[in-house]
Amino acid sequence: MDFWLSDDEADLQAGMRSFLRGRFPIDVVRSGEEQPGVIDRSRWVELAETGVFTVAADMGMRAGVLVFEELGRALVPGPLAVSALAGAWVPGAATGTSIVGVLEVDDDPIVVDHPAQIDTLLVVTDAGLGTLDPAELDMRTVTRPLDTLTPVAVVERPLPEPVVVGGAEDAERFVRDAVVLTAALQLGVALGATDLANAYAKQREQFGRPIGSFQAVKHMLADMLVKAEVARSAVYAAACAVDAASADDPQRAASIAKIMAGEAALFCGRTGIQVHGGMGFTWEVDAQRYWKRAVALDNAFGIIDHHASLVAASL
Amino acid sequence: MDLRYTEEEEAFRAELRSWLADVIPSVPPEPPVEHWDARRVWDTAWQRMLFDAGYAGINWPAEYGGRGATPTEHLIFLEETEHARAPYVGMNFVGLLHAGPTLIVEATPEQKTAHLPGILRGDDVWCQGFSEPSAGSDLAALQCRAIRDGDDYVIDGQKIWTSFAHVADYCEMLVRTDPDVPKHRGITWLILPMGLPGMDVRPLRTMDGGIEFSEVFFDEVRVPVSNRVGDENDGWRVAMTTLSFERGTAFVSEMLQTMELVHDLSELAKHVTRRSRLAWDDDGLRRDLGKLSAELDALWALTRRNISEASRTGLVGAGGNVFKLAYTDLRHRLGELSMHLLERASLSLDDIDELTSGRHVQGRIHGLKMTIAAGTSQVQRNIIAERLLGLPKG
Repeated sequence: MDFWLSDDEADLQAGMRSFLRGRFPIDVVRSGEEQPGVIDRSRWVELAETGVFTVAADMGMRAGVLVFEELGRALVPGPLAVSALAGAWVPGAATGTSIVGVLEVDDDPIVVDHPAQIDTLLVVTDAGLGTLDPAELDMRTVTRPLDTLTPVAVVERPLPEPVVVGGAEDAERFVRDAVVLTAALQLGVALGATDLANAYAKQREQFGRPIGSFQAVKHMLADMLVKAEVARSAVYAAACAVDAASADDPQRAASIAKIMAGEAALFCGRTGIQVHGGMGFTWEVDAQRYWKRAVALDNAFGIIDHHASLVAASL
Repeated sequence: MDLRYTEEEEAFRAELRSWLADVIPSVPPEPPVEHWDARRVWDTAWQRMLFDAGYAGINWPAEYGGRGATPTEHLIFLEETEHARAPYVGMNFVGLLHAGPTLIVEATPEQKTAHLPGILRGDDVWCQGFSEPSAGSDLAALQCRAIRDGDDYVIDGQKIWTSFAHVADYCEMLVRTDPDVPKHRGITWLILPMGLPGMDVRPLRTMDGGIEFSEVFFDEVRVPVSNRVGDENDGWRVAMTTLSFERGTAFVSEMLQTMELVHDLSELAKHVTRRSRLAWDDDGLRRDLGKLSAELDALWALTRRNISEASRTGLVGAGGNVFKLAYTDLRHRLGELSMHLLERASLSLDDIDELTSGRHVQGRIHGLKMTIAAGTSQVQRNIIAERLLGLPKG
């Protein structure tokens, strides 16, 4: 047993972080808020060239979560997990020429994200995995999305019949893997929010000293770190389970990762705002962006409560 | 202890309820949040209606034009206006709850005559220039300078978190008049007319996209010395008078709205389907809603205890801090529950289809603000630890 990153794994993650620092710095990500489509298609292709949409299929889920953790930390917008897992069924997904989203048919109302920029929608049905052309849907785009970088639309029923592309096993595996990659994004969001708040607590002074020297603030930051590190352990363990590098049940491990990373992202997001005080509530400071993304990601592939029910069912 | 209201209190409630039933139908619909000029007209028109009916300045002394109501009557007023869906105090907040009460205690007769009637009638809107970029929790560290020059003060510096600055007529303002003494002793309280030469009001965008707050910049702004309230360098004491008014009843209307929010959320749960299942069919969710509803009732009880304390002693003690800490913590949990209940419908700030989801998403964001505004939860805990538990200052 060696539950620590190998040199190759550490290099992979460091490489991804350095790529994102260069090509997806926060001001570039933020600039998407002022554009009609938040996804810059040429940069989406760059993500593909870096291997974002093939890493999980080619190198395994362990490599996948390390890359996705960095994407989450950098707040890169778009349906990253779906696009990274759709390569087998949707031409162009792996190369970034086709952006693939997902639609949850059992919901009412049905809310899809990135409606204007998605080329194909994957649908999990009773028969398995299907695809829909978004152009065939009756969609009403929401004027004020919670997360400006996650635009959403309401889809009216009835839905057209999806084209079946995969069986029940494909669907099950797809959802499980998407849950794990989403949990990795949430882990990154939790870490990014913690880093930002930590830096602020060291620099901001009140009562003649850095606010990070007050126990009230120190304890908030320590709690953020604890949530994030516990989540990291659950996410990496789930990746090992999916790769059969563990004796754990991959379904259960995936749900646990989604719960822990979901809690961590929401907690670190809202606590990061609190550490920033009034500035945390401004548009200008990024603290709010981590929280909003945490909400958006909690709502991808089942919220915490849903996965808690699944884990309870395994008891 | 007796939670029943007296005959006089019930009579006050009945009279108020009947007046509200008469006038509320004539109140025009609330303008959209960002239509500031229309909001000002709407908020101040309601204040004028209260004034004409004798309800303006409900808790102000009668000799200054108020109603002179007891704390309990004030509570009844807030309860009834909320139940009648009357307009919220809105941008009359600073004038009625901060600046006015401070002027009543501290101002000269001339200053009172000049300003109190305008606040009561809804003619004048006030804003608050206390916080600065470097003076938030540490308010006394404020640096905005006022230097005496003949009969004027000349102001240079910056204020932040000034609500309604772009539509206000006056600002209750704290300035640094002596930088060479301990920080609490060199502060002065001024009445600042808005729109003076050298002032620049810049709206500050918040995380919900709104611009309720502004930054205000001062470049050699001249204010007559006669606008000073209290003595020079005694402004900290004057300001603390103001802040103590906020604790007793400031959150009552909002908490009543929160109770309504829990009811609405329970209704919503009967109309949202997730994974082919009604949200309301989830036992855990129903239990969480039940707990929040119980907590709100308990906080309503705490409010009445605080009001009773104020009736007996004339002051709201640290019970106000206990309330603020507990209530804002509850708002976080209610907010998280709303988001979980709404699931993907929570990704929109506006209502989705016929669901009243938007108010709950905005309520979640409001909750994020509440543990920061008017003294962070961390500051509240320090106050509670020091004043109620007698623990040493850190």
